[in-house]
Amino acid sequence: MDKDRNRVARSIDTAVLRDSQDEILKIEHVTMKFGGLIAVNDFSLSMKRGELVGLIGPNGAGKTTVFNVITGQYTPSDGRVLFDGDDITGLPPDIIVTRGIARTFQNVRLFNGLTVLDNVLVSYHSRIRSSFLEAVFRTKRHLEEEKAMRQNGIDLLRQVGLEHLANEEAGNLPYGQQRRLEIARALATSPKLLLLDEPAAGMNPEETRQLMKFIQDIRDKYALTILLIEHDMHVVMGICERIRVLDYGISIAEGSPVEIQHNQRVIQAYLGEEERAYA
Amino acid sequence: MKERNFRLNLALIVLIALSVWWAKDRLNPYILRVLNTAAIYIVAAVSYNLVNGVTGQFSLGPNAFMALGGFTVALLMLPLPQKEMVYFLQPLIWPFNSFSLPQWLFGLSLILAGLVATAGAFIVGVPCLRLRGDYLAIATFGFGEIVIVLANNAISITNGALGIKGIPEYSTLPWTVGCAVITVLFIRNLVNSSYGRAMKAIREDEVAAEAMGINLFRHKMLAFAVSAFFAGVSGGLLATLITTVSPSLFMFTMTFNLLIIIVLGGLGSITGSTVTAIIFAVLQELLREVEAPRTIGPIHIPGITGMRMIVFSIMLILLMLFYRRGLFGKGEASWDGLFALPGRVREFFERLRRKEVKSWTRTGIESHDQ
Repeated sequence: MDKDRNRVARSIDTAVLRDSQDEILKIEHVTMKFGGLIAVNDFSLSMKRGELVGLIGPNGAGKTTVFNVITGQYTPSDGRVLFDGDDITGLPPDIIVTRGIARTFQNVRLFNGLTVLDNVLVSYHSRIRSSFLEAVFRTKRHLEEEKAMRQNGIDLLRQVGLEHLANEEAGNLPYGQQRRLEIARALATSPKLLLLDEPAAGMNPEETRQLMKFIQDIRDKYALTILLIEHDMHVVMGICERIRVLDYGISIAEGSPVEIQHNQRVIQAYLGEEERAYA
Repeated sequence: MKERNFRLNLALIVLIALSVWWAKDRLNPYILRVLNTAAIYIVAAVSYNLVNGVTGQFSLGPNAFMALGGFTVALLMLPLPQKEMVYFLQPLIWPFNSFSLPQWLFGLSLILAGLVATAGAFIVGVPCLRLRGDYLAIATFGFGEIVIVLANNAISITNGALGIKGIPEYSTLPWTVGCAVITVLFIRNLVNSSYGRAMKAIREDEVAAEAMGINLFRHKMLAFAVSAFFAGVSGGLLATLITTVSPSLFMFTMTFNLLIIIVLGGLGSITGSTVTAIIFAVLQELLREVEAPRTIGPIHIPGITGMRMIVFSIMLILLMLFYRRGLFGKGEASWDGLFALPGRVREFFERLRRKEVKSWTRTGIESHDQ
């Protein structure tokens, strides 16, 4: 009985979500525990289509854990994640990415031994229709698919300005371009929602400036919704429309960049702690 | 360029076919035996490399899959009178005691050998490949031991430790070399396709590959199953080359040999495995010399069996120390590379003369570490 009511409630919920087309991601009361450690506690967030939201907080606040829950690396201990109206909680990462959520990693995780072009092409593989036998016997369908894939890959690289490096081994790229390639690889999955985990980490000011422009460009060009983890306040305050602050797994504030800059709790938890650390 | 390479590949295959056709009745049996062995090693090593080198999953199981293939072919091809003679401890079970395939169905028996091995691969792969890490190495090693123990004890099927003797010698040069060519082409096409790219992505970074939509289990299983299929075929070829199969033929040493081949050739390189498989088969014969008894001055050294393996092991250690990528690294020998070779050699000597090359060992280690 109770279960039924839950199901009904859930389906109404889902229907409502589908109607309000501008809500793309809705995280409801997600809690993630690792043994006794509560990495994320009762985290809720909803994002409108086309929004650029920043997720900030001191180290170990649980930001990346939130990403891992959204993309399916972790199944939350409690709560659920709705994407485009569908409950995607607990689906494996390779399925979630096909639904339209792509991510980058905090420490760049490229396929270092593969070429720049191949890195991007891997992302197209999940959409391939021909079987491995067709690949081995090089049927017309497979060759056409490969050709189309390659063309798309080169187009994408051109758009992100990496075309001239297409045949370079990814591991040999300078750091800034590796970051850029990682974003390109995520874009190749044609996401609706892009999760960027500290994209500016380790970049010099010039690279950071380029990155900010790049993020805004791709957001407009591909009509993306972006959730961004970043420590570089210059980036966060510069491009995010809304910022959520996490501390010890708990949301402590949310608001526009200006509001966050003047929020006492944030200054205490985040900036204040830094000051103390330097003192 | 592509057109030219295709023609060259075609020419190479025609050349191989012609030389096989010429060689099969003219060369002496000893040389033929070495060539056959080399071709069988190619089938086994190139397919093994698909799992260990291309997909980056450490399997220790090819000996088990070869055993499955070898026994399958033996059971299918052994003539009926021979079957009655061989199985004197316990009679052979039905249905194998009631039929034997004629020679023209040898190809079919090889395919069946491959399929039986693939079935084995699913038995190990389905539970293990879902896990990350080194479980596969342990599980495949265990599977290999299980297959050997089963082969030793399922006397009414395998004839136990005595093995099966008198298998017709069907593995002629056209068969072995034909299978080697098919294997190389099959795996090359697979590796160069989108599927191969997915496998390499898994090798480079599983987490990232999964996050980009690659189904890890399915692609590891694909590599594992294809690899097992050809391992099974190579086992079948081996059975009909040496005309006997016994559990001891497919002990872990077999896997060890193949491991040496793929590491020497460069993990992930098909051409590397092919070249080193040939080198290995030839060296195995040439190095018989070191196992022979000899007298150096006053010292008499009795023949030491197994000395060859020591030599191979030393080679492997030296390679790991000085040139960890193996002969070809992850790369492939290509026509473009071949044609560019004279230029590069000239350049090397040019630089050597100008003393720019300090030491070749250094560059070897550096190129790995980066």
